[in-house]
Amino acid sequence: MSGVEFQHVRKTFGATAAVDNVSCTVASRSFVALVGSSGSGKSTLLKMVNRLVVPDSGRVLLDGADVADEDPHALRRRIGYVFQNIGLFPHLTVAENIAIGLRLEGKPADGRVAELLDLVGLPIACAGRMPDQLSGGQQQRVGVARALAPGSKLMLMDEPFGALDPVTRDALGCAYRALHQRLGLTTIMVTHDMAEALLLADRVLVMAAGRIVGDGTPADLLAGRAGPEAAALVDVPRAQAERLKELGA
Amino acid sequence: MSGWSRLPELLASHVLLAAAALALGLAVSLPLSIWAARNRHVARVALGFASLVQTIPALALLALFYPVLLAISSLVGGGVPALGFLPSLLALGLYALLPILRNGVAGLTGIDPAVREAADGVGMTSGQKLRIVEAPLAAPVVMAGIRTAAVWTIGAATLSTTVGYPSLGDLIFAGLQTQDWALVTTGCVAAAALALVADALLGLIERGIRFRRRTRVWLGFALLVGGTAAALAPKLLPQQPVVTIGAKNFSEQYILARLIGRHLESAGYRVRYREGLGSAVIFRALVAGDIDVYVDYAGTLWTNEMKRRDVPDPKRMVAQIGRWAGREHGVGLIGALGFENAYAIAVRGADARRLGLATLDDLARVAPRMVLGSDLEFLERPEWAAVRDAYSLRFAATRAYSPTFMYRAIESGAVDAISAFSSDGRIAAQRLVVLADPRHAIPSYDALLLVSPDRAHDARFAAALKPLVGRIGVEAMRAANYSVDRDRDKRSPDQAAAWLDARIR
Repeated sequence: MSGVEFQHVRKTFGATAAVDNVSCTVASRSFVALVGSSGSGKSTLLKMVNRLVVPDSGRVLLDGADVADEDPHALRRRIGYVFQNIGLFPHLTVAENIAIGLRLEGKPADGRVAELLDLVGLPIACAGRMPDQLSGGQQQRVGVARALAPGSKLMLMDEPFGALDPVTRDALGCAYRALHQRLGLTTIMVTHDMAEALLLADRVLVMAAGRIVGDGTPADLLAGRAGPEAAALVDVPRAQAERLKELGA
Repeated sequence: MSGWSRLPELLASHVLLAAAALALGLAVSLPLSIWAARNRHVARVALGFASLVQTIPALALLALFYPVLLAISSLVGGGVPALGFLPSLLALGLYALLPILRNGVAGLTGIDPAVREAADGVGMTSGQKLRIVEAPLAAPVVMAGIRTAAVWTIGAATLSTTVGYPSLGDLIFAGLQTQDWALVTTGCVAAAALALVADALLGLIERGIRFRRRTRVWLGFALLVGGTAAALAPKLLPQQPVVTIGAKNFSEQYILARLIGRHLESAGYRVRYREGLGSAVIFRALVAGDIDVYVDYAGTLWTNEMKRRDVPDPKRMVAQIGRWAGREHGVGLIGALGFENAYAIAVRGADARRLGLATLDDLARVAPRMVLGSDLEFLERPEWAAVRDAYSLRFAATRAYSPTFMYRAIESGAVDAISAFSSDGRIAAQRLVVLADPRHAIPSYDALLLVSPDRAHDARFAAALKPLVGRIGVEAMRAANYSVDRDRDKRSPDQAAAWLDARIR
């Protein structure tokens, strides 16, 4: 169990509503992509789960319990959080970065670091390196390992692969999808890239102006069954694919 | 030379003051940096205040603490020392704030926002975030600020001499007054060397933090603590009671302090010296017991402390001062030494002959075409106001010098008249003419031996000093002063005191 339920959540910054009365349920073990243009409120909605953003009204339930009832630090320690700018601690080694969640809880790291490095496909030799000695892709692999380390079952990912080159991005996306499956995780991933969402997620939520305007499986979206906004977004990669096919023909 | 023998003691004292001030600066500015980094308003106010403090010259900042502490002391019913360690500590501690605060805020706000977001994301409490992430990342920048603060503090600590806390500045100020450049250089070099060593050790710690070399951090830290502890050690040993002899900031005072010291030492007392104290500060220091004995001048006490404007006969004046000092402050008057060191206006002998100058009335005629050179305090003193008003003196310009340079200035023609001291040997040596005061505008300046309230009824102490009373004539004092002030074949104040002692015993 690590299902997430948003109940009428709302958040305004000044006069604009970033999230406007959103209600929806994310099933345990599902991979949900939150898609929308920048400013559509998808990151704000995501951060309500681990209380990096507190809704003005409404509530967020995690496994049926209101996240507002739990100490925010304890809550965050059992939720994995991966974001575009990675944010590895530059003065700590890769191993220390990965084990930080365990350190905060006062738990020993034991063989966990080696296990996690293996899981995210990094050589064990990386453990003693400093973050600035790694490539961008390797750094984000460490970011994922750090998020998984405390045994998190829920992963919140905010444009996790957005800053990587397309090749690395694709490889990392696929590797993460496999990990999601293998570990039985629940993943909510924010992305503005519809192709990435369609290829990785079980379910895609489309956001515009703080509201959910489309909701469906990738198949629903491709078939145009998830509303006009979703269809418009799906048309972009589809048209690109068509043009590529024509170029190759 | 006496200056050299005091070097270890002054160095230790200097180290303690600088270390304490830096510790105070750190204790205030580090928490303030953290607060300021989290709150823009706090940052603006704190940095604004620290910058403002920095614009005040260190010497003035030290001087300002004197009235502030006096006021605090009277509010809480006494017991707060206004001179010595406390004002020095507070002024230098304030001075150390800005570099640490500025770098602290810069170090903390300069941390990559992604790193902060990650720290929140992994569930760090704000305390954990500070300890695990912010402090280590800001540390190199903060250390750079601490290094700056340390160098400033060690440099500015030389000025604590002026409020009666012994430091390497004692050598500099004493050397400056007696034109003993070797002594000045010794003080400067010692302070600079101390600053360099402290900077190097803090630099070792800074690099240790930057490159994650714990042994370097601990080595630097251990050496700093060890050095401070070594400076502190002598203070912790049980000490015999010591008599503190005060002196103002000119040669005669240095010589008289040593002369008093010789007599007290031969009576079995251990003595130390607080030299270079300002006129306004030294009497208060005596009242507070920060010094035990010093020589002041009748006219100075009469006008500055008693606020009297009349000019009575010298004998009656001394008697009245003695009664006033005992009644108002518990201060004991041992007696007058025998000579007078009055303020006087002197001109070049050649000018006096050419212009026919013999009295201040004569001077008033030609003053509008002349420049008056004075010591640093004369123009602010009531004596100047009295002379100026009595003779309607109007000079073309006035310039203030330290006494040594004032005599240079009249010799070189930079000024035409000076506020001389009647016991100064340079008057005769430079063929200056002292102008008479027919209107009796300036009171008498008999040199008076004063003791603190604690010593006022100490018969043994008084007996040790009595032999000085009435024994020092103005000729002897002038000769002793000149032997220290002249350019060639200079004596140290110690040697001059020995010579004077031999003449009067």
